[in-house]
Amino acid sequence: MPFLAHYGTQLINLCAAVLLLLAFTMLTQRRILSLIHLYTAQGLVLFASTVLVALVTGQAELYKSAALTLALKVLALPWLLHFLIRRLNVKWDVETLINIPTTMLIGIVLVILAFNLAAPISRLAGTVTRATLGIAMASILLSFLMMITRSKAVPQVIGFLSMENGLFFAATAAVYGMPFVFEFGIAFDVLVAVLIMGVFFFQIRERFDSLDTRHLERLKEH
Amino acid sequence: MRMPAPLDAALLLAGGWLALGLGAMASPRSIALARALFPAGALVGLALAAVGLAGLFDAPAVRLLPLGLPELPFHARLDCLSAFFLVLLGSVSAAVSVFARGYLRDDPGSHPPGLQALCYHVFLASMALVLLADDAYFFMVAWESMALSSFFLVITDHRHAEIRRAGYLYLLIAHLGAISILLCFGALQGGSGDYTFDTMREIHQPAAWASVAFLLALAGFGAKAGLLPLHVWLPEAHPAAPSPVSALLSAVMLKTAVYGMLRVTLDLIGFSLWWWGVVALAVGLASALFGIVFAAVQSDMKRLLAYSSIENVGLIVAGFGLALVFHGFGMARLAALALTATLYHCLNHAFFKGLLFLATGSVLHATSERSLGRLGGLIHRMPWVAWCALVGTIAIAGLPPLNGFASEWLLLQAFLFTPGLPQAYLNMLVPLAAAAVALTAALSGYVMVKFYGVVFLGQAREAKLAQAHDADLWQRAGLAWLAAGCVALGLAPTIVIGLVDPIARMLVASGMDTGSGSWLFVAPIDPARASYSPVIFLLGVAALVAIAWGSVRFFYHGRMRRAAAWDCGFPFIGPRMQDSAEGFGQPVKVVFRPMFRIRGEAPAPLDTRPRYHESADDRLWGWLYVPVARAVDRATGLVTVLQRGRISVYLLYSFATLLLLLLIVR
Repeated sequence: MPFLAHYGTQLINLCAAVLLLLAFTMLTQRRILSLIHLYTAQGLVLFASTVLVALVTGQAELYKSAALTLALKVLALPWLLHFLIRRLNVKWDVETLINIPTTMLIGIVLVILAFNLAAPISRLAGTVTRATLGIAMASILLSFLMMITRSKAVPQVIGFLSMENGLFFAATAAVYGMPFVFEFGIAFDVLVAVLIMGVFFFQIRERFDSLDTRHLERLKEH
Repeated sequence: MRMPAPLDAALLLAGGWLALGLGAMASPRSIALARALFPAGALVGLALAAVGLAGLFDAPAVRLLPLGLPELPFHARLDCLSAFFLVLLGSVSAAVSVFARGYLRDDPGSHPPGLQALCYHVFLASMALVLLADDAYFFMVAWESMALSSFFLVITDHRHAEIRRAGYLYLLIAHLGAISILLCFGALQGGSGDYTFDTMREIHQPAAWASVAFLLALAGFGAKAGLLPLHVWLPEAHPAAPSPVSALLSAVMLKTAVYGMLRVTLDLIGFSLWWWGVVALAVGLASALFGIVFAAVQSDMKRLLAYSSIENVGLIVAGFGLALVFHGFGMARLAALALTATLYHCLNHAFFKGLLFLATGSVLHATSERSLGRLGGLIHRMPWVAWCALVGTIAIAGLPPLNGFASEWLLLQAFLFTPGLPQAYLNMLVPLAAAAVALTAALSGYVMVKFYGVVFLGQAREAKLAQAHDADLWQRAGLAWLAAGCVALGLAPTIVIGLVDPIARMLVASGMDTGSGSWLFVAPIDPARASYSPVIFLLGVAALVAIAWGSVRFFYHGRMRRAAAWDCGFPFIGPRMQDSAEGFGQPVKVVFRPMFRIRGEAPAPLDTRPRYHESADDRLWGWLYVPVARAVDRATGLVTVLQRGRISVYLLYSFATLLLLLLIVR
């Protein structure tokens, strides 16, 4: 399709930009419900970009990945998270450990760092979408930052999940996907991780009457 | 119908053991099911021994298994070395399985019988697979499942804290050994990235790397075999385990370590430097002497046997070291002699030590007593066990015509040829080693007199021993099978040497001639120098006994009178006046005093309720293990500074590490 040949790469770059934007939004968002929505949106963008890469490069394997993304990251995991917060009755993340403007500033530094780090690898890559590697890495680092700055358990898990999104994006957009076995394995890992963490949420709350992971400090050996 | 190739049959039989184990889990609490499985396991063992015998004389066969990871399949191979150890495994485990059928009980607080049957059969199967593995990956998988299944067997009675402690120690040292073996394979693959044993045979290692690999193998397999200084688990784990398991650990599992040493050194590395042999010889002899001296002062019968296992493994490794010395100097026939003695002793030790551990199992079963100070006189209550144990005792003490003598004699013969060595210091020092072997053999006679005398002879030291019952039929069958094995192996050394011959030809490129050319005599190297015929010896002894008995019966008055044994003319002798285990060991404790850390107190002369207490401990605990444990503790203490208890901080650690790594990779 001439349209795709022309605009395909541009569209993938657009997806990448949206992804980065979403990562920043997540960093600033305090409401847990919005975080889940943002995560779902990230999944959708990921799905779109995977389909686009598949169309542009004609790799049939990637359709499978796209389907997996849709099923897991847009449908299953958000549903699971919704279910969790309804059962746990948490809506708000009261405060972040570092205030939001500072977090944003650190985030910007991280993005610059990520682009610098990715530059030599991007130059080596022969793929159409090589500029996206920096963005992917930036969104991984931003999600990591989000995990660090939150004190409640649920946002930390969402940070973990969105980090995996960044990884997945790096894999599809920058190097046209991993072998399907790996992708499938990682997807399964994430699902299991969320289930286990769900169990942990209930346990933590039962022990401490709160989902604040700062309470876990008491478990330290003195 | 065509018989399947030995390799396929061996793999199928190992699978059969696994299937039996899994079958036990169909109803883990049912003791009837578990009892039915053990005799089936014994049949599998016998079949495996037969397959091993067939495999001894076949050309090596290889097979690629449809198991393992993608791109990393399991390779299996059966050559004469594996086949020999399969014979050992199969024939000894058959007896142990039959015995275990009678031994198994459903104790509350220990593993349910089905679980015991599972671990037991997985243990057997993984030992078979260790012997059949032909790549490092498969080998390690089998090796580790052997370690884990035996760990669970050792802690069968896990309600006792000291048994859990023994199990932990065993697991810890097993893992140290496994790490060392893993590194050894890493050195052996020589940068090729291919971990099949075939590649390792092909690669010609530079001497330095080969030496690293050898030392790692000696340490790794030595940890499993119970060589100094990694022997500490052995006297803890063997008494902790149920007796059939102790028998398997000592008789078979220690031999898989010997197999590993032989496989890595003489097969995979393919050449040897003479100083490797000296290292192995020194470690082996030190372990042998250490083991037997400690065995002499034990007062727990299973600990005594465990220390005696250290001694026997020490002798085996000394023989292996001697073979390496000869091999390193290119003296192929002498290397074959030493290797033959080594393998022969492996087989012998498996039979007599298995037998003795099973006998202690029967005693334990009947009296629930392990301490030598509370046993005695059991030959009257348990004649079957006592007579079988007597065969094992004579064999382990190294008396002709039983099997222990045959292999120790061959080993000494090998030592006596060392003046021919082209290395000046060596041919002066190795005769000293021969003296050490002789000393060890003599002390082992002493220890076994103590073992047998205190447990089975004299008078019962406790009133409850009067209720002791003899072993049941299953236990008797297991004991009798091993006792018969000890006799047969002792009477037919030429046949055993014939079985070992292909291995010697494969590993050191020469066989050991039995010299005399007749099946009756064994004459290593030269019949003019030394030869031995157990059959003639046996006939001579039998004739002497018959003459003595006959002359007493017919020429003397022939009347029989029962009197208290060893009363030395005392009018009255009670059970407490007999020589005790501690008393019997006292001379050794005095002579070898520097080897022990002796603690205890003697009562004051005017004490009306005197209590005497003394313990002789292993000095290596204080010299090696305690300092290492303290250092580890201190190092982990430093790490706890990092422990903040806050997830954010932990995440920050990973984040900083990630950024740092990214910056470095750049």
